[in-house]
Amino acid sequence: MLFAALSGFIFVLLIPIINKYAKNSVGWIASIFPLALTVYFISFYTNVIDKGNSILESTSWVPSLGINLSFYLDGLSLTFSLIITVVGFVVFLYAGSYMKNYDSLGKFYIYIILFMSSMIGLVLSDNIITMFVFWELTSITSYLLIGFNHEKETARNSALQALLITGGGGLALLAGLIILSGISGSMSISSLASMNDILTEHRLYAPAALLILIGAFTKSAQFPFHFWLPNAMEAPTPVSAYLHSATMVKAGIYLIARMNPSLGGTELWNYTIMFVGAVTMLFTAVLSFKQTDLKKLLAYSTLSVLGTLTMLIGIGSDLAIKAFMIYLIAHALYKATLFLTAGMIDHSTGTRNIEELQGLRKVMPITAAIAILASLSKMGIIPLIGFVGKETVYAATIEYTNFGFLFITLAIAANIFVVYITMTVGFKPFFGKFRKTPKTPHELPFRMWFGPMLLAFGGLTLGIFSSFIIGKLINNTELGIITAKLNIPVKLWHGFTLELMLSFITVLLGILLFWKRNQLLKYVDNISFIDEITPSYHYQKLFNGTLKLAKLQSRILQNGFLRYYIMVIIISTIILGGTTLFSLGEMDYTGIIEMPGFEEIIIAIVMMTATYMTVRAKTRLAAIVAVGVIGYSIALIYIMYGAPDLAMTQFAIETLTVILFVLVIYRLPGYLPFSSTARRIRDFIIAGAGGLLMSLISIIILSNPLSSELKNYFAKNSYAIAKGKNIVNVILVDFRALDTMGEITVLAVAAIGVFALLKLRKGADEK
Amino acid sequence: MLIALPIISPFFFGILMMLFWKNFKAHSYLNLFSSVVSVIISVLLIDRVIEQGIITLQIGGWKAPFGIVIVADLFSSIMVVITAVIGFATALYSMATMDHDREKFGYYPLLQILLMGINGAFLTGDIFNLYVWFEVMLISSFVLLALGGKREQLEGAIKYVTLNLLSSALFLAGVGILYGLAGTLNMADLAVKLPNLEDPEMTTVVSILFLIAFGIKSAVFPLFFWLPASYHTPPAAVSAVFAGLLTKVGVYALIRVFTLIFVNDISFTHTIILVIAALTILTGVLGAAAQMNFRRILSFHIISQIGYMIMGLGLFSSLAIAGGILYIIHHIIVKTNLFLVSGFVNELRSTYDLKKLGGLYKLYPLVGLLFLIPALSLSGIPPLSGFWAKYSVIKAGIELDEFYIVAVALFVGLLTLFSMTKIWHEVFWKKNPEEEKTFNTINNTKQKVLSFLPIILLALITIIIGLNVEPFFNIAQKAADQLLNPEIYIKAVLGN
Repeated sequence: MLFAALSGFIFVLLIPIINKYAKNSVGWIASIFPLALTVYFISFYTNVIDKGNSILESTSWVPSLGINLSFYLDGLSLTFSLIITVVGFVVFLYAGSYMKNYDSLGKFYIYIILFMSSMIGLVLSDNIITMFVFWELTSITSYLLIGFNHEKETARNSALQALLITGGGGLALLAGLIILSGISGSMSISSLASMNDILTEHRLYAPAALLILIGAFTKSAQFPFHFWLPNAMEAPTPVSAYLHSATMVKAGIYLIARMNPSLGGTELWNYTIMFVGAVTMLFTAVLSFKQTDLKKLLAYSTLSVLGTLTMLIGIGSDLAIKAFMIYLIAHALYKATLFLTAGMIDHSTGTRNIEELQGLRKVMPITAAIAILASLSKMGIIPLIGFVGKETVYAATIEYTNFGFLFITLAIAANIFVVYITMTVGFKPFFGKFRKTPKTPHELPFRMWFGPMLLAFGGLTLGIFSSFIIGKLINNTELGIITAKLNIPVKLWHGFTLELMLSFITVLLGILLFWKRNQLLKYVDNISFIDEITPSYHYQKLFNGTLKLAKLQSRILQNGFLRYYIMVIIISTIILGGTTLFSLGEMDYTGIIEMPGFEEIIIAIVMMTATYMTVRAKTRLAAIVAVGVIGYSIALIYIMYGAPDLAMTQFAIETLTVILFVLVIYRLPGYLPFSSTARRIRDFIIAGAGGLLMSLISIIILSNPLSSELKNYFAKNSYAIAKGKNIVNVILVDFRALDTMGEITVLAVAAIGVFALLKLRKGADEK
Repeated sequence: MLIALPIISPFFFGILMMLFWKNFKAHSYLNLFSSVVSVIISVLLIDRVIEQGIITLQIGGWKAPFGIVIVADLFSSIMVVITAVIGFATALYSMATMDHDREKFGYYPLLQILLMGINGAFLTGDIFNLYVWFEVMLISSFVLLALGGKREQLEGAIKYVTLNLLSSALFLAGVGILYGLAGTLNMADLAVKLPNLEDPEMTTVVSILFLIAFGIKSAVFPLFFWLPASYHTPPAAVSAVFAGLLTKVGVYALIRVFTLIFVNDISFTHTIILVIAALTILTGVLGAAAQMNFRRILSFHIISQIGYMIMGLGLFSSLAIAGGILYIIHHIIVKTNLFLVSGFVNELRSTYDLKKLGGLYKLYPLVGLLFLIPALSLSGIPPLSGFWAKYSVIKAGIELDEFYIVAVALFVGLLTLFSMTKIWHEVFWKKNPEEEKTFNTINNTKQKVLSFLPIILLALITIIIGLNVEPFFNIAQKAADQLLNPEIYIKAVLGN
């Protein structure tokens, strides 16, 4: 499985070569890859589905962090893997033809192969962090694919929006997963399943569960994060069909299903999932009503289905899980097909606006047949798989005792809109009188209709033979969603039941809604409450707000004034140092401090005067000279304490510094006294406080007598071992010669700097 | 002797170049040769440290604490290795892009002296000697920054040098006070003597001075002003070295003193560090989000990510510090690379302004890819190096119940991703807004190879760390364990 999960990352390296030498066949060649993977996964069919085994393989990756490349194949991951590879094959084939006029077809295949591999890795991973790695990779590849037409601003913005929402959710997920592994001490999903008690009773259960759910909800576009998905329709149609209906948007739902055994069974978990799912299901279905773009309509119906799937896991009964699995497969088959036929219509007519499209059945008979077949499945018409799906969903919802009535009402209402969308997307373009379209429509080549046809017939086959294929899957397999095996037979025909009646009513009302669309739209236009529940508006507000805050912050903090920067640093020192010092309580200041001698007092006065002159100087030059005086005074102190060598160094450095400063400052604009008196007083207080703090610390330190073994050692060994009478000298050139070498280097570099600044002035106007 | 070579080698080559002052062609080849030598030396060094544990050298034979000792533990060795790698990458890049004027005025010897200072800071075991190396770094980086003398450069250079001198002053004051307290300058000896003082609380007060001094060097909140004021002004090769290495010396120093010397009141000092870390992470990224200049965005990001490294120190667990070290390794590689890419874009378009740039992806998809790899790594996208670094510190934070800073760190990850996409959108994806202006063509194959090679090399390192993080994490973990058990260090320096 390791190879299956990672082979795409190797295969992708071939694409640039294929694209270079066989540009027109890159679609054909690339589609071999998902086909091969499909065959590979089908080879597990007997083992996983017939025998009901699950397979776990593990390869070491980052053992010190407990992260392994472990992959787990059971009914759930096999189902997802097959959806990914089968729909992948169809989309790869289709895109080669659909996008043949794009220059960057090679890039497209690189992105989409990377996506597919990441998605397979995601559903196969047993290690939560490995899963997260693939999870993030799907977000990134999705970003690149949504922004594929990157010269369009809307494409860029939609790509970014999807990335930020799913990426933000990803970060929540990461936190949740780390907490989870902290509680359990395990990173293996399959072993977490048996720790439900430990996990759900832990004090950090609620944050862990909610963080993981936020991750899942963003990825699967659940309310209130749903809005990125319709905007993601900026992507080329094959991308929408693949990522944004069949696979990536189901990753969140996959995660919830996967985590259900370990985290589920609590009111927090089930009710959150159930209600978020139900709200998404109905709300997004209603939002679809005003849409006129084929792809957007499909996006909203996808959202509604994603909501339903989420709700079903929340209900969590055996029947609900059964419904979940059937509906999942049914949706993948028909929704991808409808996206692809929408793309075919767009490709052929040049428009996706539903108002402009009708009567195409004669020009595009094959497309029409495929679209209608898929639509029938979507509407839940017997004998397609969609029928079985919807029946079971209704059955599971009715059976649910707590809020059964509420949910069945919501489900029916949402499904009425789904039927309406299907009528609009699957039937309307083909029936009625032909209308002129931007491009003259034509039927499309085999490469484009072959794949969708395969999927549409898949829906039919799975429907008719539902008791064999899906039935087996659900009966025999470890699904990993709930711990026990289901053992509920799947049948196409259950007899004249309540569900069948509800299903019939749904279709009828859906068609009615479609029929009365124009009249109803007038009323809807007057009702604006829906428009007010707009998370996308709040997203935008938050986005702009953050940017505004960022601008404001950097204007205040990084405002360009050096004096202000210095002030902040000194104030920080005073506050941090001062509070630390005073938090120590009474300090001992009573130690002996010798009274300074006469010369020292003179030097101190000179230094203070020089400091005053620096501050009051009218020109920069004068200020620098005054600073120089302070430096020289320090050198005098060295002399007084018997360190002429040090003093000489100090003289040299001071001189060079002054020269260097003069050179740099020479190029600056004239020196103007900006500061008002108030400012000067403020600066005086700050500077004074800074000085006071340093003096205080020094006094405290000096009041304790210093007993250093260094002093004695130097005194003893200077002459004896180092053969020097001047201890300071010996320290400088022997005991601490490395320091001196460093300081000499500093001097040399400063000299080079002076030289270079004098000579080299790039692009500067010579004045 | 091996342990002194990372300092001696660049020093030697720097002097050698100065002997042939006029022959700047020779400088550039010597510089490349020297950088290769440094890589070899540093690898030998880390190999020996892994094998034998901490190694020391008493300079001049004066035994610690009386003379100056240089010490290589795992953390130092790691830093020396990365410095050598960055030295090599920028040596290549400088050969491709540096203008003759700067080359004539000692660009390469200055670079060597800078690298010597950086290695000196990583290897010294003496607090005053650390100050000397800081000065070597400061003066050489200042001259490199000002070299060329453009007005914008000088303005940046003045802010840079002024604020860093303020740091030096505080550092020096701290060293003086420390000597006054304990009567020694050897760091291991300080670690032994400070806890035995009459009033050890004074150590905490001094530690604040060091926190501020190194905080300025590391560019943490609210002391970072010099960085965004200066990093966008010099040539790309210079800002790439600076961006990769300089602030990290500050971070290194913080980690060193706050694991070895100032550990008497961790609940106080390290809480301050943690708060500073959170604010640094946040303010840095917000600063980046507000910019519209390629290099300014990158500069502000340095600040934000310094926060993540300091966060590792503040959390003060084995995993946290290992995460911090991993973050340093990752960050140096990735940040240098991004600056190199920005320089390449500038070679093509003569601007760093996002508003004027655009359309690069269509024409130069490879450059796009080479930007995307470090950019995604910087944003912590798995499985690149940045993810593991972020993962480790965040995991450490969660383990210690420090949820506020974890929340900040995670949220900022998103903003980091946002500002990287901003560059991606404006420079690569969007249409070229100045279609009438053609791109500068780089026809010279040698130049092309020399500028691409380091970018590809660094991108590969990010990928390799990402895909095979185990050995890197392991060594970071071992380095962290050494840091958290200072008695090993003390014993290696002072004997029993």
